[in-house]
Amino acid sequence: MTKQHANWSPYDNNGGSCVAIAGSDYCVIAADTRMSTGYNILTRDYSKISHLAEKCVMASSGFQADVKALQKVLSARHLTYQHQHNKQMSCPAMAQLLSNTLYYKRFFPYYSFNVLGGLDSEGKGCVFTYDAVGSYERVGYSSQGSGSTLIMPFLDNQLKSPSPLLLPAQDAVTPLSEAEAVDLVKTVFASATERDIYTGDKVEIVILNAGGIHREFMDLRKD
Amino acid sequence: MLDTTALESFPSLISHGINVAGEISAPPSFQLPNSNDFDGFVKETIQMVKPAKGTTTLAFIFKEGVMVAADSRASMGGYISSQSVKKIIEINPYMLGTMAGGAADCQFWHRNLGIKCRLHELANKRRISVTGASKLLANILYSYRGMGSSVGTMIAGWDETGPGLYYVDSEGGRLKGNRFSVGSGSPYAYGVLDSGYKYDMSVEEASELARRAIYHATFRDGASGGVASVYYVGPTGRKKLSGDDVGELHYHYNPVTPSTVE
Repeated sequence: MTKQHANWSPYDNNGGSCVAIAGSDYCVIAADTRMSTGYNILTRDYSKISHLAEKCVMASSGFQADVKALQKVLSARHLTYQHQHNKQMSCPAMAQLLSNTLYYKRFFPYYSFNVLGGLDSEGKGCVFTYDAVGSYERVGYSSQGSGSTLIMPFLDNQLKSPSPLLLPAQDAVTPLSEAEAVDLVKTVFASATERDIYTGDKVEIVILNAGGIHREFMDLRKD
Repeated sequence: MLDTTALESFPSLISHGINVAGEISAPPSFQLPNSNDFDGFVKETIQMVKPAKGTTTLAFIFKEGVMVAADSRASMGGYISSQSVKKIIEINPYMLGTMAGGAADCQFWHRNLGIKCRLHELANKRRISVTGASKLLANILYSYRGMGSSVGTMIAGWDETGPGLYYVDSEGGRLKGNRFSVGSGSPYAYGVLDSGYKYDMSVEEASELARRAIYHATFRDGASGGVASVYYVGPTGRKKLSGDDVGELHYHYNPVTPSTVE
């Protein structure tokens, strides 16, 4: 008897790119706002960024329905945490929660490629990068999504910092100022838009620092 | 039977409406897709997930204790997704685990193992043995055999009986041994490790052997690279001995001599 193959897939890829950069006292998280399916653009104005906790922001690309479900699960868990502990979740704690949430669906994964950015308990910028099933790592910068193979080498060139695994340990946070980092993000998205069909329209940039949260937009090519 | 201690139990949404978080009503389980062809579906998701494979890890027992070393590269197909992955996982202050295969699988189950080891300490008022810890992990992985997780790990530690080293994988295998290397770069690492190994080595000699074995594997295996980390586990616990970028190690082992121009 021949094996039956499914005539539909529960997954789709809505494209898009996300980037996050950690600085000494800030964190920049950015994502484009184009949502596509195949060669069609569904909308030019879709936010891939979710403000999970006071000092913790997540940007996710991939299948946006799974991303939305994931954001809702994390948001609900954060609310529970606030009720039980009378405080906001720290960014490293949220990072572990996201990892576990992703792994609980190990055999039916969330098709969601995430970067988590925020400030740790010392006020230093931190970025966590994930694969679709929850393996994660704290890094100084990261990109995910359809443009990540274009963006990552450029960030390596501009921001490459000594590996946290080296002994003796070396400082890994980028020396860039906040304004320079935002400029770098804008440059990176402009370049990725040129060569990736799924990235474009607008880039949403979120900046987290001691003063709070600040959001800005920049137009990208719409073709 | 699947090991479900790692899972949360989610209250059933159908029967009593909204449940206060913390009340356990439904039995814990992994969500499975409603598919006629589970194997095919799992195969496709594995392709989609493309777990980070390609690695070199090694561990060996010698006179002074256990030496554990690994590279730090994670690859997704041909793309290097990270050069700074922690492949040596600290389960507790006297036990280490290595990561090879699916990064998420290794991270999650090693953390779960650490939790189980701590619970054992609290319940029995003594540390768990390396034999016991490796058995716990092997049993968990065996219960998920055939479902597509990919774990090739070594559990190394020091307990009451001295140094301990076990190899555990997601096929359900568990082997006790003195010398192991796991990953795509392991053939190269074995070559260096086996030819240089002596039981009566000092800690310095052993760490240099481990570092060199990882370096040679990263040189020849495209899926291994980054930073070569070396850890030591002895009677007083674990200690990180070195972390060297393999690009720089290349010139350490192959110094550039200025050539005379005629």
